[in-house]
Amino acid sequence: GRDIIDWLIQKYNVSEEESLHVGGMLVKYGYIYPLKEPRSLVLRPDESPYRFQTPYFWTSTRWPASELDYGNAKNQTEGVRGYSVLHKRINHTWDFVVMQAREQLRASKQRRKADRIVLECQEQAYWLINRPPVRSLLLLCSTVMNQIETSRRALGRNRVKSSICLEGFVKYSEQYLNHDPIMQGCLPSNPWISDDTAHWTMNADMVPTPTRLRVERWSFSFMELLEDSMGRREFMTYLEKEFSAENLCFWQACEDVRHGESSRIVEKVEDIYKNFLAPGAARWVNIDSKTMDKTLEGIRHPHRFVMDDAQMHIYFLMKKDSYPRYLKSDLYKNMLAKAIVPQETKKSVFPFMRRQRHSSPSPAQAATQAEDGQAKGAGQAGTNSAVQLSA
Amino acid sequence: MCDQTFVAATFGPCECCTKPSPLINIYIKTEPINYCSFCVEVMACQGLQKGETLASLKRETETLKKKLEEERGKLNDVELHQVAEKAEAVGALSIKTKRVLKGHGNKVLCMDWCKDKRRMVSSSQDGKVIVWDAFTLNKEHGLSLPCTWVMACAYAPSGTAVACGGLDNKCSVVPLSLDKNENLAAKKKSVAMHTNYVSGCTFTNSDMQLLTSSGDGTCALWDVESGQLLQSFHGHTADVLSLDLAPSETGNTFVSGGSDKKANVWDMRSGQNIQSFESHESDINCVKYYPSGDAFASASDDSTCRFYDLRADREVAVYQKDSIIFGASTVDFSMSGRLLFAGYNDYTINVWDVLKGNRLSILFGHENRISRVRLSPDGTALCSASWDNTLRIWA
Repeated sequence: GRDIIDWLIQKYNVSEEESLHVGGMLVKYGYIYPLKEPRSLVLRPDESPYRFQTPYFWTSTRWPASELDYGNAKNQTEGVRGYSVLHKRINHTWDFVVMQAREQLRASKQRRKADRIVLECQEQAYWLINRPPVRSLLLLCSTVMNQIETSRRALGRNRVKSSICLEGFVKYSEQYLNHDPIMQGCLPSNPWISDDTAHWTMNADMVPTPTRLRVERWSFSFMELLEDSMGRREFMTYLEKEFSAENLCFWQACEDVRHGESSRIVEKVEDIYKNFLAPGAARWVNIDSKTMDKTLEGIRHPHRFVMDDAQMHIYFLMKKDSYPRYLKSDLYKNMLAKAIVPQETKKSVFPFMRRQRHSSPSPAQAATQAEDGQAKGAGQAGTNSAVQLSA
Repeated sequence: MCDQTFVAATFGPCECCTKPSPLINIYIKTEPINYCSFCVEVMACQGLQKGETLASLKRETETLKKKLEEERGKLNDVELHQVAEKAEAVGALSIKTKRVLKGHGNKVLCMDWCKDKRRMVSSSQDGKVIVWDAFTLNKEHGLSLPCTWVMACAYAPSGTAVACGGLDNKCSVVPLSLDKNENLAAKKKSVAMHTNYVSGCTFTNSDMQLLTSSGDGTCALWDVESGQLLQSFHGHTADVLSLDLAPSETGNTFVSGGSDKKANVWDMRSGQNIQSFESHESDINCVKYYPSGDAFASASDDSTCRFYDLRADREVAVYQKDSIIFGASTVDFSMSGRLLFAGYNDYTINVWDVLKGNRLSILFGHENRISRVRLSPDGTALCSASWDNTLRIWA
C-alpha cells in the first residue's frame, strides 16, 4: 500500500492526501485489490500487499449491466415494458455467461496450481465489486417460484361458503349497531360534539359501576370479555369461585411472554414452568398430554412462541367451558342489572357558549413518574382549557 | 437489515460447495440461500434445465391463478348485496367537522390515535412529528426528524412512546417525556432498518414489537429493545404501501397491500404468505381489517375500494362510482363495521354502506388530498389527515 501511495505522489506530483484519495478510488473500483482483507476496499498506507487486477475484470471493460430495479415498479407501464426488454437482454447475456462459466471451469482445471490461486483471487475481488447481471434473472426466477408456491398452497385451503360468511357480516353489524357512536350516537353524549367528557369518565378502566352497553359487550365474544380490563377482573373473580383461576393466570403469563421483551423470555418461561407446568406445581394447569410433552420439549430451548400451543389449548378450554357458564352466572347477571344507563344530555340551552374543554393526564406521565418518583403534572388537569366562542 | 431489491453480497463459506467466497443471498420460499456466484449459476441452470424456461414458469403461475379463481368461485353461492337486502337501511348520517388541528407546516402524511381515545400523533412532509390532545387542540409534544417525508407514525399501546419513519429508511421509537425542556429527538432510538422508505408501521399488542412495511418490497417484525429483526416477510414484487394487524383471538396475522396490486395476508410466526388477493387494477394504498377480523378493505389508485372475505377467500364487494375518478388513499371501518370511510385524492371522504354497497355521504372540508382516515378507539370520532397541512376531527 505504501508503495502505491509513494508512486502516485511522485508520478503526478500530488500531496499525500490526494494520492490517498485517488488510490482509494482505484481500490474501490477494482483496479487494485488487497490480498489480506479482500472485503475491506481501502488503500492502506502501510506494508499491506496489493495486486493489480487483470484488464478482463476491469470495471471499464464490462458490458453495461442491465439492472432490474423493482423499486421502480410504481410506474406500471414502465415496469411492463421494462420486463420484456429485460427478458430479451438477459436471455442473450444468460447464454453467454453460462458459456463463459463452462469455458472457465474447463480452462481452470488445466492450469497449474499457482496460476489457479492467482485467478481465484482475481475473481473473488472482481465479484466483490461488481454485481453480476445474472442475479437479476435469479431474483426474477425466485420471485416467480415463490408465487407458484403460494398459489399451490392457496389451492389447498379450506374455504367457507359465501352464504355463511356474508351472513356473519350482517349479524355482526346488527349486534354492534348500538355500540357504534357514529351510527347511533352515544350516551350521555358524544364528547366531540358536546364538549362533555362524561362518556369517557363513565367508561374509564376503573369505575365502581360500569355502563350497561359495556357489560353487554362482554357477552358478544370471549375476546371482548378478555380485552376489557374490568371484564377480565370479573371473569377472574368468577374463576376463583370455580377453583379454575390458574387457567386465566396461565393465559396471561403466556401473553406476557409473547409480547414482552426478548431479553426476559427465558426467565418468564422458567417462571411459567415452575408455577403452572411442573409436576406438583402450585397452580398446575390441565393440558392434554400431547401438548404438554411438546411444550416441555420446547421449554428446553425457550423462544417467544414456545408457549403458543399450550396457551391456545387453555384459551379454547376457557372459551368453551368457563365463559358460557360465566354468562349464565349470578355474578354476571347482577353486574348487568346494576350497570348504569346514562341519561342522554339534552342540547344546552345556550348553544353559543361552548363548555370548557378539560384536559386529561397524559399517559406519558407514567414514564416520567417512574423516573422521578413524584406526581408531576397532576395539576395539569383543568389548567390548559380555555373557554372558546363558536367559530 | 431487511432487504429484497438488492441481492446482498456477503463473504463466507458457500452453502453448496463450502468454498469461502463472496456469496449471493437470495430467498427461495422464504428460506435464505447463500451460495457463491458459481453455485448460484449452476442452481439456476439446473432449475431451468428441467425443460423450464422463465416463460414456462410464468405460464405455470397463470394456470395456477386460473385454477385458484375457479376454486374460489365454487363456494360463491350468493352475493353480499343479496344477503344485505334484509339488513336495515342506514339512517341519515350527520357528520360534521368538530375540530381542525392546525400546526403542521407541510403536508400531513400519517396519524394514529392513542388508546386513551383523545390523543393522537401525526407526522408531516417537513419532518415534524406532533403529539396532540385532539380534544383540547393542545400540542403536547413535538419533535423534528432530520429526514423529510415522515410517512409512517404510530402510537404505542401504553401511550408512553411513538414510532415514526419515512424516507430515512428507518423506523424509530421515541419515548414521550413530560419535561418541557427535554429534546425528544435526543432519546430517539432506531429500531427498523430497511433498504428503501418506510411506508407504514404499527406496534403489535405491546410496546416491545414493531411491524413495518417498506418500499423495498418487504415487511418486517422488529424487537424494539434490541433492534433485532425477528421475522421478515417476502412476497410482494413492488413497494409495500400499507399494513394492518388482525384483531383476531390468536393475534398472529396481518395484511399488507402494495404497488404490485396485491393484498397479502401473512403469518407473523412463520413469515409465510397465507393468502393473496389480486383484483385491484392499480396500486393498493391502504388496507384495513373489518372489526371482527374475518375480512378487510383496501383502497386503491384505481379509484375503488374493495372488501375481501378471508374465510371465503375472495373479493365480495367493490365500492365505486362513475363520478369518482380520483384514487382512494385510505380506508377505515366504523365500530360496527357497517360504515366504510374512504379518503380520496379529490379532497373528499366518502362514506360507504359496507353491506349494501351504496355511498351514504360525502364529507367536504379539506383543501387537498386526504392521506389518512382513522376512527378513534371507541368509535366516537373520525380523524382525517390531509395534504392541506391540517387534520380534522369529524363526529
